[in-house]
Order: sequence, then structure tokens, then C-alpha cells
Amino acid sequence: MKALSLAKLPELFSLVASKEALYIPADDGAGSARFTRYTEGLEMTDKLNTVRSAKDFFFPQTENLVDFKLKGKEIEISDPRTEHEDFVLFGVRACDARSFQILDKVFLVDPVDTYYQSRREHGTVVTLACTKPEETCFCSVFGIDAAAPEGDARCFIEGETVYFEALTGKGEAFLETVSPLLTDSDDSAVKAQQEKTREILQKLPLKNLSLEGFGAENLLKLFDSEKWAELSESCLGCGTCTFVCPTCQCYDIRDFDTGNGVKRFRCWDSCMYSDFTKMAHGNPRVSQLERFRQRFMHKLVYFPANNDGEYGCVGCGRCLAKCPISMNIVKVAKALEGEVR
Amino acid sequence: MNAETLIPKLGVVTDIRIDTPDVKTFRVVGLDGKKVFEHMPGQCAMLSIPGVGEAMFSITSSPTNTEFMEFSIKKCGCLTSWLHAMDVGQQITIRGPYGNHFPVEDALKGKDLLFIAGGIGLAPLRSVINYVRDNRQNYGKIEIVYGSRSKDDLVDYKEILDEWMQDDGITVHLTIDQPQEGWDGHVGFVPNYVKELQPDLSYTVLMCGPPIMIKFTLAGLKELGFQETQVYTTMELRMKCGVGKCGRCNIGSKYVCKDGPVFRFDQLDELPSEY
Repeated sequence: MKALSLAKLPELFSLVASKEALYIPADDGAGSARFTRYTEGLEMTDKLNTVRSAKDFFFPQTENLVDFKLKGKEIEISDPRTEHEDFVLFGVRACDARSFQILDKVFLVDPVDTYYQSRREHGTVVTLACTKPEETCFCSVFGIDAAAPEGDARCFIEGETVYFEALTGKGEAFLETVSPLLTDSDDSAVKAQQEKTREILQKLPLKNLSLEGFGAENLLKLFDSEKWAELSESCLGCGTCTFVCPTCQCYDIRDFDTGNGVKRFRCWDSCMYSDFTKMAHGNPRVSQLERFRQRFMHKLVYFPANNDGEYGCVGCGRCLAKCPISMNIVKVAKALEGEVR
Repeated sequence: MNAETLIPKLGVVTDIRIDTPDVKTFRVVGLDGKKVFEHMPGQCAMLSIPGVGEAMFSITSSPTNTEFMEFSIKKCGCLTSWLHAMDVGQQITIRGPYGNHFPVEDALKGKDLLFIAGGIGLAPLRSVINYVRDNRQNYGKIEIVYGSRSKDDLVDYKEILDEWMQDDGITVHLTIDQPQEGWDGHVGFVPNYVKELQPDLSYTVLMCGPPIMIKFTLAGLKELGFQETQVYTTMELRMKCGVGKCGRCNIGSKYVCKDGPVFRFDQLDELPSEY
């Protein structure tokens, strides 16, 4: 394990930023945290998590896919991409780190999404262990250990020291970059911190959420549950849950006529929206009930059915904090418990 | 599969045939004059006019056609209206092929085949029908039941009369919804006509048409003693990516664009009825 004095963290940031792009979670001036490109003087937030997840860095909210030029009846197609820059995403929490693996299961399976793949290849994820998980956190339900996050490298801030540990080749390369600043250290302080954090995790109110029975075997039973009507009744269809969610990955593809050619772009979309499935001849999901049900069925039943039981949720708690009508995946799972027991 | 699946290829429209007042059939080749890609019967392709839109269409020509691909498209929205208004020589973008296909080389081989189509639902089946006609020795009896609102709404009417009806071992039953001057054939809806015809239970059924037709025809077939395992259909849902990632055509644990569009009815029973 490597160590650095906390006071020297800005020096580490400067060193990293001198070689490649660096993003750290920082206060946005309005009381919220977001991943921000590091410039001299930017300080890392002490907030537990960013309002938006870190998925933007691999699956940005909008991105240009293809360019077209139209001339009479002729069309010219070009790939607008240039080589993506290397970047370090620093201070990612355990929940978001897991979400990348879930997104990988969508974008990196055949046929590989090369837009996403390129960003994944160029990005190094340095995670930060949680020490103060909040009441909305339930990552442990998904087997995530907030005290020992996954990632290319991970760090632990304990007292006045930051401890580093590489987990992949990319993580080792990162530590190599900053090695002039690091000293060797034992892991006793980290072990003690992890023990304390795990004690807190054990006391969190949502840690006992059970998802037993949420699988392909109960797909139709859960789909046909009468509970959906009540659960979805107040849903505004605003899509906030999908936009803050680290694992929501549905997207739209649209064209924008710039006046000098057409840019085809993709952008985040939401199954909570009425036009998500709307076709010229009608809409198979006629009301908010069907749209609401789709989102939760996908995360709790359909995705695991296709991915060896892995749920499409990491328990980050963002949807719990942000839903304007206080509906969320925990309430849904609890309400449906009776259907699969 | 093309690694850059979201980046389309260029095609050029070399012929436009007016089938009905709202259906045209477009012939498409690559800029080199050859087929843009090979496909199997039942597969689809994403066609687009940049700046107008991109949408999934079934490939109506048979893979045995070595010269070009054809798409029979009903005018019903923004992109399709644009396609209907264009002229021969227009370039379009095309990517695919997407989805699974009718199991012409395994489960359907050696079988008697009954095709049931309504309206534009003939488009995906035409690919199979012509594939089977070109590989006639591999299949048994062939019967086709096709219905439309009126005589003028029958897609591929000329091909049906001049080619399909002239083939040995193929029986074609046409029907229209309402009596019409100049029509001495059957009048009535497809589901009832199928029941009247009492097809032999030896048939494997391939069906495509409006949801209401599918619903009642399936019920009628079951009454006659057909099993869901011997009835295939092809579905359509809104799609954007075509490769099971954008999330739009998700039904249960399936994605219509890659796990479908062809399903057997016993497979559909395992999915939520959200289509």
C-alpha cells in the first residue's frame, strides 16, 4: 500500500492533470457535487456522492455518432470521432464503480459499442472508499463493499493520510505516474477504517432489503401484480430517476440539421416517457403504469434474467433522494415482496 | 456483425413500385450496384434519410434475389411520408441485417407451410414465400391466405397473380373486407376465412398482420386444433439501435430487434403481453 499526506493531495492532482485530463468530485457552488475537470485550486468535495452519477464519462448525455452531408439526391457519411483523450476519474464511489461493470454488460457485449468502448479504454477509475454512508445507501444489498471499492485503483482517506492501492494494470500505471509523491505504508490504518465503515453499513436502515425471488422464474407473476397501479399512481413521468441513475442506459438516436450538414446524435432517454415506445400506429405502453413498471421490472427482473442474476441497481440511493414524489426502487421491491414469497 | 453498427452504409433507390394507395415497394442496391448485405427471410434493416429519421423495416425481398433488396413500406409517419415522396436515384442510408429470421433451414424444412397475412403484413412473409419458392424441393405443400381492406390494398397483387398463383403446389386464397366492383373472390376478414378454409393440422403457420387479425386468427387456429408451437409470427416495436442496447423494444427479458422479430406463439406466452 502507498501513502500520501492529505495536504499533498492538490500536488497529486496537479501532477496527474499535467499528464492527462483529471476529473474530481467538486462542489458546484450551489451546494451540490459534480465531477469537474481539475484546474489548479479546485478542491475535492467532502459530500458523499455527486448528484449525477459518473456514467457521463463513458456514456455521455449526448454524443455525436455520425455526420452526413446531403447534396441533391446524394448523401455523404462520415465518422466524426477523433481519438479520445486519456483521463482519470478520481474519487468515484463503490456504487458508481460497480455501475460501470453493469454498463459494460450492455455496451461491451457483441456487437460492441465502440463509442463506449473507446471511453472505457481511455479512462482510469480511481475510487474512494466511503467512511460515512448515508441512510439512503443500500449498496451492500448488491454485494458491494463501500469500504473496499472496485476500480482500477482505490484510495482511502484516513485522518491526514491518503492511502492508495492499485487493482488493475491501469491502476498501477496511475500509481506509477504519481509515485514521486508516494511513500510505502502498511495497511493497518486502512483495515481499521474499513472495520469502522462496515459497522456503520451494518446499521443502515435499508441493508436488509431482500430481492429474493426477483428473477426470471417469477417474471410474469411480478409483471401481473396488482401493486403496480398503486405504486405508479403518483408518478409524474419526469424521468429524474433515470437521469440520476448510474445504470440506466436507454438511449435515443436523433438527427440535427445544422444548416451545414446533419449531425446524428444519441442522447439519454427514459422508459418513463410516453413517447419512448410510441409508434405511428400506437403505443404498447399506454399509461404511466406500464412505463413505471418497465423501469423497475427491467432493473429487478429482466436484467438479472439476462445477466446471471446481477441486478440493474447498485444501491447508490440517488433515486431515493431525488424523486419528487418519493417513490423509489426500495419501495417497489418491498411492495412486491409478497408476490414472490 | 459490423463493429460500427450505428454507422450506416449508403444505398441508392433504383426502382419504386406503387403497390397500393399507401404502400410502395422500394428497390435498394449499394453504390456499387450490388446488394448492400446478405440477409435471411424475416430479418430487418434500418433505413434512413439523414435529417428526417431512421426506422426499422422488414426486408421483403428473398435472400435468393442476388441483385437487390426490396422494402414494401406503408406511408404512416414522418420518414415513410418522405420515402413515399422521393424519386428513383435518391440515396438513403441502410444498416443491418438485424434480428433473427424464420427458421427456413431447420424447423420449417420439409414442412407444409401455411402463410397468413393481412395488409402490409405480407411484407415480411413475402421474403419467406419467395425463398421457399426458390428452394421448392425442401418444403411440402404451400398455402397462402392473404387479406386486405380492398382489392386496391393488396400488396404485391401482380406478383401474386402472375407468379405465386402460377406455381404448382401453391394455393393462394385472397380475401377483402368489403364487397367491391370487379372482385369476384372471397369477401370477409382473414380470421373467419382461415376457419372456413379449415387448413390441415399438418401445416406450420407463419402469420403477420395487424394485432387484431393476429389475435383472432390465432384463436381460430387453436379452435381448429393447431398448437402454439406450430405458429410463428413477426413483431414490430419502436427501435433505435437495432442491437439490443437502446432499450426501446424490450419485452420481458427479450429485445425484439435481436431476439426477435420472429417468435413462436409458445415463446410469446412466456413474455409479458406488452406489444
